[in-house]
Amino acid sequence: MNPFLALIGRDMRLAIRVGGGALMGALFYFTVVAMTPFAIGPDLNLLARIGPAILWLGALLASLLALDRLFATDHEDGSLDLLMMGTMPLELAVAAKAIAHWLTTALPLIVITPVLGLMLNVEMSAMGWVALTLLAGTPALTFIGLIGAALAVTLRRGGLLLAVLVLPLTVPVLIFGVAAANAAIIGPAPFGPPFTILCALSLASLVLGPVAAAAALRQGLE
Amino acid sequence: MAVIDLANPTRFLTLVNRVLPWLIGATALVFAYGLYRVAGAPDDYQQGATVKIMYLHVPGAWLGMMGWGVMTVAALGTLVWRHPLADVAGKAAAPIGAGFTFICLATGMLWGRPMWGTYWVWDARLTSVLVLFLLYLGMLALYWTAEDPNRSARAAAILALVGAVNIPIIKFSVDWWNTLHQPASVVRMGGAAIDASILVPLLIMALAFTLLFFTLHFAAMRNEILRRRVRSMRMMQAREVPV
Amino acid sequence: MSTDLIELCAKDLACERGGRLVFSGLNFAVSSGEALVVTGRNGAGKSTLLRLIAGLLRKSAGELDLTGGAAGADEATVAEQSHYLGHLDAVKPALSVGENLRFWTTYLGAPRGAPIRPALEAIDLAQLSDLPAAYLSAGQRRRLSIARLVAVPRPLWLLDEPTSALDTQSQSRLAELMRNHRAGGGMIVAAAHGPIGLDDSRELKLDAQAGAGS
Repeated sequence: MNPFLALIGRDMRLAIRVGGGALMGALFYFTVVAMTPFAIGPDLNLLARIGPAILWLGALLASLLALDRLFATDHEDGSLDLLMMGTMPLELAVAAKAIAHWLTTALPLIVITPVLGLMLNVEMSAMGWVALTLLAGTPALTFIGLIGAALAVTLRRGGLLLAVLVLPLTVPVLIFGVAAANAAIIGPAPFGPPFTILCALSLASLVLGPVAAAAALRQGLE
Repeated sequence: MAVIDLANPTRFLTLVNRVLPWLIGATALVFAYGLYRVAGAPDDYQQGATVKIMYLHVPGAWLGMMGWGVMTVAALGTLVWRHPLADVAGKAAAPIGAGFTFICLATGMLWGRPMWGTYWVWDARLTSVLVLFLLYLGMLALYWTAEDPNRSARAAAILALVGAVNIPIIKFSVDWWNTLHQPASVVRMGGAAIDASILVPLLIMALAFTLLFFTLHFAAMRNEILRRRVRSMRMMQAREVPV
Repeated sequence: MSTDLIELCAKDLACERGGRLVFSGLNFAVSSGEALVVTGRNGAGKSTLLRLIAGLLRKSAGELDLTGGAAGADEATVAEQSHYLGHLDAVKPALSVGENLRFWTTYLGAPRGAPIRPALEAIDLAQLSDLPAAYLSAGQRRRLSIARLVAVPRPLWLLDEPTSALDTQSQSRLAELMRNHRAGGGMIVAAAHGPIGLDDSRELKLDAQAGAGS
């Protein structure tokens, strides 16, 4: 097994073992989405109209808040030092961690999306489209959040700082994610253009995120 | 056997091993009889046979709430009496209570489709159960996050008590929220007295669910005790190797 | 390990942390089979020097090179040819002893399919291979951390207070491992307050004031 896969495997194992954070993102997502109707009322027509937006906001918050500990645990037990001494470029190591995080946090969240859609009265057929936009867009959230996680660990601050740093950067993802979901459900705008841009954003952050995060980690060395 | 004897996990294990087969048998019997009675119960003149979902839905809700009750008692046992089995009982009850609450929610959604034309409406009762389910998930997350069972015990006990105090308040708030937004347009059971032909099968099913709860609870407690023993044995194994 | 001569050479090395000059004008050289013990008071910069060699800190001036060694070693950075044993053990409690070691050996670039068993045996942890690392004592964790130095061959060992948390038996075990490493042509740079079981090592004394090394 090569170092890249070994790191993905280790992080996924850590996430699903006791004390790991897998499913915590999905749980947070579930809770946030279930809370929304208490704020805006149980009107099913209204919920159906803004359902995709609620789901996207929930996914955004869940992806970012769960990233908080991505580097912090490795920093605290000295693993981060060794990760930087590997034969593989740090950019790849960082990307491996992000992929493992996406698989254990974002993927479960996408899987439970249809259930939440039912609660928000989004049509069954439309749910597939919303899930598809999440599938295409959440990698962008994870990889942009990665930069925030790296900055937060070098500053030895976590939690809200990460969200404050990263949320503005995720504006395009949110815009095109919700636009694509709405286009698929309500129309009349076509689904293709916003969805393609969403994919492009994910691909771009797939490259930009690890490079920036690795740079942040190297700069923050102390 | 005095209650105090059960404080000893070993004695508790012998008791569980003796009682469990009988409990399993009783559960199966009552379930069989309950399902037979449910099959014989009358269909609703409007809903047809779908009304029979109620025989799973309502006991699910009751047992979901009882699960939190068991956890509350266990929490008192942990915090006040420091009973060695209390935390085991509380931890074992959490996933089972969550399971019954989930049954209530899932059957509620399936029932809602023919009744309301949609899988979910933010009906006050169903929503209260949803919040209960969220509380359960939080409890499971708490147990899941802590590696050391001794450390999670008190935290979980405090959360259980806080939840117990809050559940009535949540229930009240949800009722208020729901009537504010949505005047009672939803068909609700109750009102007039329930006919015995429905009530008796329902009570039998509730008994079956209760027996199932305790069967699962005893088995889960046994597993948890054994799991903790494995844990301490492995720790001893680590100690035996030269430090 | 190859018999080629390897040399770690530092010229006019300086390091600044948080606006404070920790040391400057540091010159030393270590070659195959040699050991250098860095001594000095608390805050003299012993750990800083080791982290700098490991590539975990940036030098503010000077040169640091690792020359010679296996083919292609010149391409690799100093960090890729060193093992760093810091104060933290980099052991994940949720993983088993074996999983911890296997991950680091794969990650740090051990040959494909290299067994981890010999390394665990070398530090007396083989029986605990399947046990979660959470159950280990501090000394056992330390030894698990040391196991990766054995499992992945790298010419330079950077050891920061390697004997902390180890009992006398484990200390002599470590001394043996260090002897073997040097006999195979490896180098050791260690920071220590007391003796750590290195024979005929040279000493580099760091002075907190002027920062000039010997």
